Amino acid sequence: MSPITDDRLEDLSNDEISRYSRHLLLPEVGIDGQRRLKAARVLIVGTGGLGSPIALYLAAAGVGTIGVADFDFVEASNLQRQIIHGTRDIDRPKTASARDRIKGINPGANVVVHNTRLDRENALDIFKDYDVVTDGTDNYQTRYLINDACVMLGIPNVYGSIYQFEGQASVFNAKGGPCYRCLYPAPPPPGLVPSCAEGGVLGVLPGIIGTIQACETIKIIIGGAGILAGRLLLFDAWEMKFRELRIDRDPNCPICGQNPTIHELVDYERFCGISLDSGEKPIDTITASELKMRMDRGDPLQIIDIREPHEQAIARFPGAKYIPLGQMARRAEEFDPRIDAVFLCKIGQRSIFAIRALRGTGYEGRLLNLKDGVNAWATEVDKSLPRY
Amino acid sequence: MSVTFHIPTALRAFTDGKREVTAEGSTVGEALSNFAASYPDIRPHLYEDGGELRSFINVFLGDTNVKNLDGLSTPLRGGEVITLVPAIAGGAS
Repeated sequence: MSPITDDRLEDLSNDEISRYSRHLLLPEVGIDGQRRLKAARVLIVGTGGLGSPIALYLAAAGVGTIGVADFDFVEASNLQRQIIHGTRDIDRPKTASARDRIKGINPGANVVVHNTRLDRENALDIFKDYDVVTDGTDNYQTRYLINDACVMLGIPNVYGSIYQFEGQASVFNAKGGPCYRCLYPAPPPPGLVPSCAEGGVLGVLPGIIGTIQACETIKIIIGGAGILAGRLLLFDAWEMKFRELRIDRDPNCPICGQNPTIHELVDYERFCGISLDSGEKPIDTITASELKMRMDRGDPLQIIDIREPHEQAIARFPGAKYIPLGQMARRAEEFDPRIDAVFLCKIGQRSIFAIRALRGTGYEGRLLNLKDGVNAWATEVDKSLPRY
Repeated sequence: MSVTFHIPTALRAFTDGKREVTAEGSTVGEALSNFAASYPDIRPHLYEDGGELRSFINVFLGDTNVKNLDGLSTPLRGGEVITLVPAIAGGAS
């Protein structure tokens, strides 16, 4: 059943009938479905890799009100996959270039810009004006925030996420199916799963997953059967394989279960362990300039590049020994605890995990993290090196 | 009983890039534990400090979530495929 009630429906103009004729010819959509699309209000959270195709297709399909929520600015490295933005949009707010493209495709679309970071203070107030929310974000805290706000307001949450060549899609909080917390009660500890900024992502992958999200959103609005509720779709772009897994509602889910314990939005940074003091020994850092000084002075150092070989080929670090992150624990005996060891990766995140892994083996030598990684070296020390 | 683990991309850095790994075990939990013993760098990704399976990873035996079976005690006959499905978050940046 469509969440768009009959009292909200308006007639289509003759221009609209011409524009949407290929939809109208489908008995499953027809005049009635197209009127529901026209009345529908969809919020797209994140106008990046996933949000781009979602926004483009929903605009083309005739969704009447499209909200775009983002706080980021367009960068050159976005353009390999974020097809709603173009080269001339670099440095513009993503919501501004998204609005322009949506309007360019369909001037009839009402675009509502939320140029803000979603948080527990504003989420319910923003979400309450929408019929469907699509999740195209890039971090766990916002994903849990979106889930919880959708459950509280009874709004379907059209989910997609991607990493390297793999994608997941589902529709949460719809048709009696599970919510995101039923599937994943808690996020991974920070740093355990690398981000796309570190691990990379095939540019076309969010195009496929985001288009699936757009498809499910349209079907929810017109009241179509067979939406992706209670099912998790897995996609492997490298093998070109789709797989579907059944996922069930968890009766013990803390937010949509039989005895919910979450009744208001929580502190998601804390929930995801980001602002939590883990009790772990803090990690010493060294800046690129300091490292250069120590290298020039001839200090004995063990410089460890934890990046994979294909990544080193993008920007090599002089004089570093290569030990990939995934082998740190089992190669602990290769280190000399009398000599300071400096760990480096692209942006200084995965190298923290390498230091933790080595510490976990009982290693007691001094371990330093190169702050902001090889990209900082390229900015501060060797400007001939590319940033990536 | 030998079973095959299907390793998602997010965890392949810890299995020498292997997409599939075989392990022995008479239950899902035993096979998982033996798998983790062969690739010690993956251990902290699969288990909490207390030894429970981390809740951002779902374990599917065939197409069924082991939560809907007997969890890690689910018995194995041999030859099954176990898929690890971790939460991934990428999408915007």
